[in-house]
Formats: sequence, C-alpha cells, structure tokens
Amino acid sequence: MLSLSQLPVGRTARVIELNASRPVDQRLLALGLLPGMRVKVVRVAPLGDPIAIEFHNQCVSLRRAEAAEVIVEEERGADGERLKTND
Amino acid sequence: MRVALIGNPNTGKTTLFNALTGLRQRVGNYPGVTVAKKSGLFSLADGTKVELIDLPGIYSLAAQSLDERVALDVLCNHIADTPPPDALLVVCDAANLLRNLFLPSQLAELGIPMVLVLNHMDEARRRGMTLDTELLSRRLGGVPVVPCSAVRAEGVPEIRAALAALRESPVKASRVAWDAPVQAAVERVRAAIERDTGKSLQPAEAQRVLFDANSPVLERLAWPAAKREPVLAEARELIRKSGANPFAVEALRHYARLRQALAGVVSEGGAATGVTQRLDAVLLHRVWGTVIFVAASLLVFLSIFWLAKFPMDWISAGVDRVKDAVGAMAWLGDKPMLHSLLSDGVVGGVGAFLVFLPQILILFFFISLLEDSGYMARAAFLMDKLFSWCGLNGKSFVPLLSGYACAVPSIMGTRTIEDPKARAATAFVVPFMSCSARFPVYALMIGAFITPKYGAWIGSLAMVGMHLLGLLVAVPTAFVATRFFLKVRPQPFVLEMPRYQLPRLRDTLWRMWMNAREFIEKAGTLIFAITVVVWALSWFPRDAAVAERVKTGYVAEVAARENIPVAEAAKRVEAPAPEPASPTEGAPVNPLAAELDHRTASAYIEDSYLGRFGKAVQPVFAPAGFDWKITVGVLASFPAREVIVSTLGITYSLGEGAEAESDDLRGAMARAVWPDGPKAGTPIFTVSVAVAIMAFFALCSQCGATLATLSRELGARWAAASFLYMTTLAWLAAVAIHQVGLLL
Repeated sequence: MLSLSQLPVGRTARVIELNASRPVDQRLLALGLLPGMRVKVVRVAPLGDPIAIEFHNQCVSLRRAEAAEVIVEEERGADGERLKTND
Repeated sequence: MRVALIGNPNTGKTTLFNALTGLRQRVGNYPGVTVAKKSGLFSLADGTKVELIDLPGIYSLAAQSLDERVALDVLCNHIADTPPPDALLVVCDAANLLRNLFLPSQLAELGIPMVLVLNHMDEARRRGMTLDTELLSRRLGGVPVVPCSAVRAEGVPEIRAALAALRESPVKASRVAWDAPVQAAVERVRAAIERDTGKSLQPAEAQRVLFDANSPVLERLAWPAAKREPVLAEARELIRKSGANPFAVEALRHYARLRQALAGVVSEGGAATGVTQRLDAVLLHRVWGTVIFVAASLLVFLSIFWLAKFPMDWISAGVDRVKDAVGAMAWLGDKPMLHSLLSDGVVGGVGAFLVFLPQILILFFFISLLEDSGYMARAAFLMDKLFSWCGLNGKSFVPLLSGYACAVPSIMGTRTIEDPKARAATAFVVPFMSCSARFPVYALMIGAFITPKYGAWIGSLAMVGMHLLGLLVAVPTAFVATRFFLKVRPQPFVLEMPRYQLPRLRDTLWRMWMNAREFIEKAGTLIFAITVVVWALSWFPRDAAVAERVKTGYVAEVAARENIPVAEAAKRVEAPAPEPASPTEGAPVNPLAAELDHRTASAYIEDSYLGRFGKAVQPVFAPAGFDWKITVGVLASFPAREVIVSTLGITYSLGEGAEAESDDLRGAMARAVWPDGPKAGTPIFTVSVAVAIMAFFALCSQCGATLATLSRELGARWAAASFLYMTTLAWLAAVAIHQVGLLL
C-alpha cells in the first residue's frame, strides 16, 4: 500500500481508500475515482509536479500534495495495460 | 420558459449554447460574485420563448468552487434576479458517459424536469460506440435523452422538440435510491436546520450540508456551530454505523446506480482512439513539450506585442484624422474650448478605449484556440510548479505573459482560471508586468541619462532590469495576497485533460466578439469618462491673462536677443507663415510663432488645475527628486501612462508632438536646472532621478483602462486596492532609489 503520489510513472494500481473529508478527494470521487478503481500514473510534469493520472478512460492532472491521501495498492505486471471502461 | 444549461466542463456546452441561441446573448455577472452570467433567447416550434441560462461548467453540486456554488444557488432559488429554471438541459459527453451522468444524477435530487443531451456523438461513433438512448431514458425515469453533435449542429432541432414536449408533460429524472440510514440522516439535518434557523432547505441542499465537510451552503444558513456540530456529527454517525463513509457515500451510491443504469446502454468501444495519447506523448514530453510550449507562448506574446501594433496604429491614425476633421470645422474656429473638448476629450476618449480592441481580440483568439483545442490544460500542467508555490497555478501563465504587452486583455483573460483565489491574485499582479506603454518612459530616460553616461551595454541592461522589476514585485505580492489576504477557500488543482479537438472558427470568432463587446460596454464608458475628466483638469481655468503674459515676455526676449524695438519683435512673432518654398515641404511655420505657441501651452498647463495640483503635491515627490514638471507629468499619466512623454513635451515647451527618441526633449530635460531653493542651478535630472522615474512608472498604477477592467472583473474594491498598493509601492521605490542615489 502506498500513496498515489508515490506511485511511479507507468504503473497501475488499485484505489484502496481516499480521505473523503478533504475537498480534493471529494472532487476525485465525483470524477469517479472510487475505491476499487484502477488508476495509472501516466506522466509527471517536467518540473516534477503535478502528475497526470488515468482512470476510467479519462486523464486528470493533480498536484502531488493533493494525491497524497489517495491510498493505492500497486498491481504487479499490469504495466501499460489499458484501463477498462467498466472497471 | 426558463431553461438552465448545465454540464461538466469540456462537454461542448458553449458550442451548444451558441447553436441554440445564435446572436441573441447577454453577458452579465451574478450579483456579488465574479462568475459570468450568460443568457440567451430562442423560440420553440410552437412559438414559446425560451430563456436559456448558461450555468458554469461543473463536475458536481458539491459547491466547493464559486462556479459550483453559483450553480447550486441558481437552482435552489437563492439568487435574487435569477429565478430557478423550469427545466434543465444537461449536457453530457457521450464518449465519457459514466462520469458525465454523475452531475445529472445529483441534479435529479432537485426535482426539476430535465432533458439529457448526449453531445460529442460524432466522437462516440468514431470510437465505435453505440448508445441505446431509449434504454438510458427508461433507466433514468423516462427523461428525454437526445443524441447530439453540437459542432455539426446535429440534434439541435431534436433538443427544441424535446423541450417543447417537456412543457406538455414535465418528466423528472428518477432519484437515486438512498439507503434508509442515509435518507434518515438527510431528513434529520433538514429538520434540525428548519428548527434552528427557520429556513426550509431542499433535500439537495441538506445533502450538501451533510455530505460535504464544511460546505459553503452553511455560510448562508447562519446555523450556530454549537447547534450545528452535534446534529451533523450524529447524522454522520448514523451513516457510519450502516458501514458507509458519510463523505464518500454520495459518490459511491450515485456511481453504483449509474453503473447499473448504463449496463447494456453503452456497447463496445469507449476506448480513446489514441490520437490524444499520441499527441500528449509529444506535447507533454519533458523536452519537446517544453520546447513547443515556449514556442507557442512566444507566438502568443509576439502577436499581442507586435502584430497588434498595426491595427492599433490604424486606430490612432483614424482618431487623429477625426481630430483633424473636428479642427477643420469652421464654426469651431473661435471656440477653442469646445474644439479641445471635442478633439482631445471626446474623440480622444473614444480612441482611448478603442485602441485596446486589437489586443483583446488577439488574446481571446489565442485563448479560445488554446482552450477549445484542449491544450490549455496541458500548458497549465507543464507550468503549474512555477506558480503553485506563490499561490497561483499553471493557468496564471498566459495572463502574466500577455501582461507584458497589455494588462487590459490579460486581466480579462484570467477568466480561464477556475480557482477564484488564484484568479484574483493573478489579476491583481498582472498590472505589475511591464506593459508596452511603459517602454517609451524607459526609452526616454535611458536614452537621455543612462546610455550617454555609461554606454549602450549598461543602457540595455537597465532596460532588461526595468522589465524584470515588476515581476520581482508581483511574485511576493501574489505569495502574500494568497496566503494572508484572500479569504477564499483554496481550490484543489484537479484538472481534467480533455481530448484534443479541432477548434471551430465560429466559436473562436464568437468569443473574440463577445469579449470585445463586453469591454466596450462595461469598461469603455469608464475609460471615456476618465479621459474627459483629465482633459478638463488640464484645460481649465485657461485664463487669457496667462497667454498675454507669456507673449509680452517672449516679445521682450526676442527684442533683446535680436536687438530690435519691441514693436518690431511683436510684428515678427505675429507674422504669418512664409510662403512654402516648394509644395512638397509641408505646412510652413513661423518659428517664432511656433515657439510662442509651445511656451503658451506650457504656461497654460502650469496654470491649469492639474498644474496647480502638481505644484501643490510636488513636495510629496520631492524626496524622489521630482520637480513640478515631472510631478505634473506623473499626475497627467494616471489615466494612461504613455501620456508622460507628450506631457513632458508640453511642459518643456516643445509641443505635444515630442517623442521618446527625440533629441529635443532629451536635451531640454538634460539642460533643466532647479530654478530656486537649496539645489538652485543644479540639474534636475540626475541618474538617480531618471532611475527613480523609471521605477515609479514600472510599479505605479497609471492606467484607467486597467482599473476599469479590474473593477469590472473583480469589483471596485479590488481596483481601489490595486491603485493604492501599486502607487504607494511606486512612490516608496522612487524615494528609496533617489535617496540611495544621493548617498552614493
């Protein structure tokens, strides 16, 4: 288990939990980043922050500090695999 | 019939709005907030007039952002001049349906009839998706579902028909089936609010209070924390006991319901076509992405800085031509005041705001391209780190950059920043960017006092330094303002990276036109008024005795110089211009008469209310080394800083045609000495005075158009704060520089 902000680029993980009382996590929930959802870090901005994540067929950028309380579990061997719509 | 258009950002909402309403649009503001209120009119087949209100693009009703709050307030009838709509037109991106249905699922709680529009059907088809709209409609309680492609104007008549049908039989979307504990918790909160505050809330609002930590809805309720907290804690505990997180249960429940609703509705495909991924691989690449970004920024900047000069010159030339035409009107010949009012006040005032149009049009051309194509979110992604530490965000980049050309369009351009805090801070610091109107001041001072003394290298360095000075002040200003002064909730910088799309010329032209029109209507009148007022201050009282005195003095001076009788000197001064030697030489001038004119103009401005005021406040600027002429120049430049050069031209008796590059003005300034006082006989313009003047102009709020735009975008208080802050800072900097210069 690690924070989404620590997930290396190109890796896919499964969302374990968010800190839903934070506004940023609530925004992510509204966008459909729910526990159990697969999420991938697609890239990091040239200056190291923010990061771009992909989930449910959409790409969203957020700052590392904002991703910090999204707890994920890395999926081994799922590198580069496309995320399914009906995840 | 009043209909609200609502949907997620990047769903093509604006294109649909334009397709439905055409030219019949109005833009205003919601009272008290800086969110733009756009509405338009169209008719249904049966002749019913529909007023379409374009609500801000939002992902959720959570009311965290100002946009979300305004949307919720309109829908719940809390905005005085905007009654709630009779129906909702909810726009969804057909290619990302699940996420886009979250908002309508929340909206169903409001019980307002709705039509679901599935936009971007062309994109969905390209991905090989098929959508069973009938089935989706049934699953959502029978609401009409209209497939549409607004860019191709497909589905627009069907939307009109669906609204007409909705008028006959209003269909509401089915609400999510809340678990009993959640339902009970919402009810408990609603009842407690009614009991404690006497206000009856809709369930949708009570949900916000319950589901969101510290919801802004509370600000309106005036529900004492001592009563509120136990109720909310208890209600949330009720949900927790049922095994759910009270802050997450809403999203989980809606999404679970939507997954079921979509089963069998969306078939196949859904995966992006890969174009966006491939483009992102280049455009967001560590090296290439940065290079392309810098190139794109340069293009935008040069277009505003350089390209806009041509139409701006045409406008200036046109304004001059109109001024000449006014001057040529025979009946004005013996009414110099009316002549000056018409040409310098009225025509000049119109010109003063028209001249901003080219830059506004060009900036919004690029902003529209950047946003509509989807690149703006990428640019913000690339740049965010540079700005986040001082409280701004990646979207501050474009306005700050274009601020180096002109603050007016740039402040308007801060509308692209969703976060109200970052937006206000960006708009507040944009006027510090060294706009092109400051350049003539730098050119004049550096050309007259720096380069001759220290050489071209130091001169160029000084020029670069002056352009950086504003930025050096802007950054800490933004840092302090966002940290300590802006009492706005911080916004998460969660930014959707939308699919790349080809921008449509029609939408681009539309946006350019709407912004230009708004500027003329709202800021234009203010700029015009400022110009006329300053004209009046520099014209009146215009006592004829002043001209007489100057003439007598000048004639005596000529008589003494030429060693001729006074009467002869007077005749020479008054002599008509000689015949031109050849027709190509232009208007002939009697040099003595021209000199008298210049001296008279100088004496008039010295005697004007502006001149008297300048002399009266000169002591304030004395610590910066400014004499009364510089002070009058500074004061006259408050409506528009570029006026300084021509004002100095007048006060130094060179006529108003003086230019920054002219040796006449540079020479006259270099020769100027203090007439009396402790420094009598020493030059007024030392290097430290010249640098102090430049620093003053770099930092001071000397632009009526900027203040008018700030006031329009953020409110009059912001404009006043900007004026006081910048002007104080400019004075401090000028004084500090001059005083340090004196010590050296």
